[in-house]
Amino acid sequence: MSESTKPHHPPPQGKGEKSHGSDFSYVGIDAILEQMRRKAMKQGFELNIMVVGQSGLGKSTLMNTLFKSKVSRKSVQPDPEERIPKTIEIKSISHNIEEKGVRMKLTVIDTPGFGDQINNENCWQPIMKFINDQYEVYLQEEININRKKRIPDSRVHCCIYFIPPTGHCLRPLDVEFMRRLSKVVNIVPVIAKADTLTLEERDYFKQTIREELRANGIDVYPQKEFDEDPEDRVINDKIREMIPFAVVGSDHEYQVNGKRILGRKTKWGTIEVENIAHCEFAYLRDLLIRTHMQNIKDITGSIHYESYRVRRLNESNALFTTVSSDHVLQPKTNGQSEEQLGAPQANGVAAQHEALSHEM
Amino acid sequence: MASTEIARQAGEGARAVPLSGHVGFDSMPDQLVNKSVNHGFCFNILCVGETGLGKSTLMDTLFNTKFEGEPTQHNQPGVTLKSNTYELQESNVRLKLTVVNTVGFGDQINKEDSYKSIVEFIDAQFEAYLQEELKIKRTLHSYHDTRIHACLYFIAPTGHSLKSLDLVTMKKLDSKVNIIPIIAKSDAISKSELAKFKIKITSELVSNGVQIYQFPTDDESVAEINSTMNSHLPFAVVGSTEEVKIGNKMVKARQYPWGTVQVENENHCDFVKLREMLIRVNMEDLREQTHTRHYELYRRCKLEEMGFKDTDPDSKPFSLQETYEAKRNEFMGELQKKEEEMRQMFVQRVKEKEAELKEAEKELHEKFDRLKKLHQDEKKKLEEKKKSLDDELNTFKQKKTAAELLQNQAQQAGGSTTLKRDKERKNFF
Repeated sequence: MSESTKPHHPPPQGKGEKSHGSDFSYVGIDAILEQMRRKAMKQGFELNIMVVGQSGLGKSTLMNTLFKSKVSRKSVQPDPEERIPKTIEIKSISHNIEEKGVRMKLTVIDTPGFGDQINNENCWQPIMKFINDQYEVYLQEEININRKKRIPDSRVHCCIYFIPPTGHCLRPLDVEFMRRLSKVVNIVPVIAKADTLTLEERDYFKQTIREELRANGIDVYPQKEFDEDPEDRVINDKIREMIPFAVVGSDHEYQVNGKRILGRKTKWGTIEVENIAHCEFAYLRDLLIRTHMQNIKDITGSIHYESYRVRRLNESNALFTTVSSDHVLQPKTNGQSEEQLGAPQANGVAAQHEALSHEM
Repeated sequence: MASTEIARQAGEGARAVPLSGHVGFDSMPDQLVNKSVNHGFCFNILCVGETGLGKSTLMDTLFNTKFEGEPTQHNQPGVTLKSNTYELQESNVRLKLTVVNTVGFGDQINKEDSYKSIVEFIDAQFEAYLQEELKIKRTLHSYHDTRIHACLYFIAPTGHSLKSLDLVTMKKLDSKVNIIPIIAKSDAISKSELAKFKIKITSELVSNGVQIYQFPTDDESVAEINSTMNSHLPFAVVGSTEEVKIGNKMVKARQYPWGTVQVENENHCDFVKLREMLIRVNMEDLREQTHTRHYELYRRCKLEEMGFKDTDPDSKPFSLQETYEAKRNEFMGELQKKEEEMRQMFVQRVKEKEAELKEAEKELHEKFDRLKKLHQDEKKKLEEKKKSLDDELNTFKQKKTAAELLQNQAQQAGGSTTLKRDKERKNFF
């Protein structure tokens, strides 16, 4: 009953003149952009960022610097003493910030205790569990019969991983963590406290890190396979040449050249946070906030979440096969089987149940 | 092995935090818009109305192109829906527009079922989207959305009131799609009649509980214009793709001997209002309403129909699957039973047929036997007859030879005994 014709005579291109009477060829289709913008402004945006790294690497400071306000856990918690927790905790704090009429609900998820124990085995597990829990909550809401108009999005969009500035190479903990988590969330690695490295050391360190990431097959944001078109690829390639960003965070302002800017004052000079000659904080901020925020959210929503959903629904299927299954279930390669809720036996994706599941 | 401890703070009570400098996330709407522009938009309009009310012409006028298609005949047996998809582009915005027309609406003698095919079509689009959404491996991102975003209902310009067909159809459609009623060919109605007509239509719609689409008034920037437009519903439109020179400009108009109706003149008709509302102000809201209200309603009904329920939170995915499995087994069981039944029926039929055939065969055999017997009898009779004829022939022959012999003997014995012979001959014969 329906036919789709090839692009028919395109209408005479109206060059966007808003006056109705004079230009008949203007239909007004591009007014939809304005409508979308209005809708977006009314609804507001949500962003969930997780920061992971050993204590003392300046995570909280960097968050404060990124969003130019006291958004980190430390600023919110009444308890001022710095104690390293005995176990990994996951603390998430939400803030409503507004800029030029654009409202955003920012959630910063902090992970104190990561990598701080003597034995750090499986320290990524609570974090993976948290991330998967957020996906689960979203999935539950989505398959509800009566579901909300706008499903609240608590999925972790971006995970900033802090690499200590050793100057040599990645530690096994870093490799292990990033390897596992790059499959479920967008990871942005940064070199913390980069003011301890000279420029040459920094470049060398970055190169080593990039090689190691490549060698271990770790795909950090922006992932190569999700580039949409050649333009994107060009932009993202430039970014990929620069990661990990070497950042310095600060929430103190100093007087430099008559201007007040954020920086760190030392005896031998003042490091300006937003000066790209000093550190790459500006690039990180631009990437995360000014240019790629929507892209980050899209990849989380359409790729990471979808693959979680596929896994989850396949598992539910596997639990309910009525036919005696002599199928061989392959064990999961990314140690998530322990985290999935209530799926003790089915620890693998049964591809044979695809036909069954597709009817759903 | 570090055991886990999860603490979540202030998820609900998010604090408002002032910014001390420019962060830069005010570019978010721009990022969102850019992404949408790259992706393209799609918009689907359904035109419902009797044949000849100018639906195709209005579409052409609205979007400033000549969509293909000739006017349909009036002799369609039922209502069918024809949909065509076009790709339009204006500055950098690409729009995939789908126009669905009802062919044959209002042409039948019995119009009771006219609305059914329309409702089915709309439901089918929802169903397709639902299927895609429920798939395990899905590609919602690149899915071509065919759900109807706006339904333009063309009302014939009688000047009196709505036809009952209109009322019934609109009532059936109002919970499925955003209905925008318009008065077609409104250059047939005078201004005063038009005002009365509009009032009559609105009151009839209200009294019958038909919910037409209301332009949204919650956003301050468009609330005012939307609320004024709401009071002008239904729009009285005139469509035309022909251009006429008025003054020193070419305008779209319809030319009559007594004057010219300019399409884009607000005093002449409400076309500009319709275009403003439909495309320039509320296109996005129409799409959103379709997705969040009509589609959700359809989805809820469909899932409840299939037997899914929202049970307690910790068994949700399982209950979905469980019910599904249970239903599936039930269905398979039924299927098997049906198969059995059919098989049995088939076997029965075969048996019957066989018996019939056997009967027929027997009959044929009997007939054949009878015929054979008849044939044999006849043959026997004929043979007997032949035999008797042969006998006669033989006797005749014998007699003939005997007579000839006597004749010869008589000739040899001389003529004296001719008298005797004559006498004998006479006695003999």
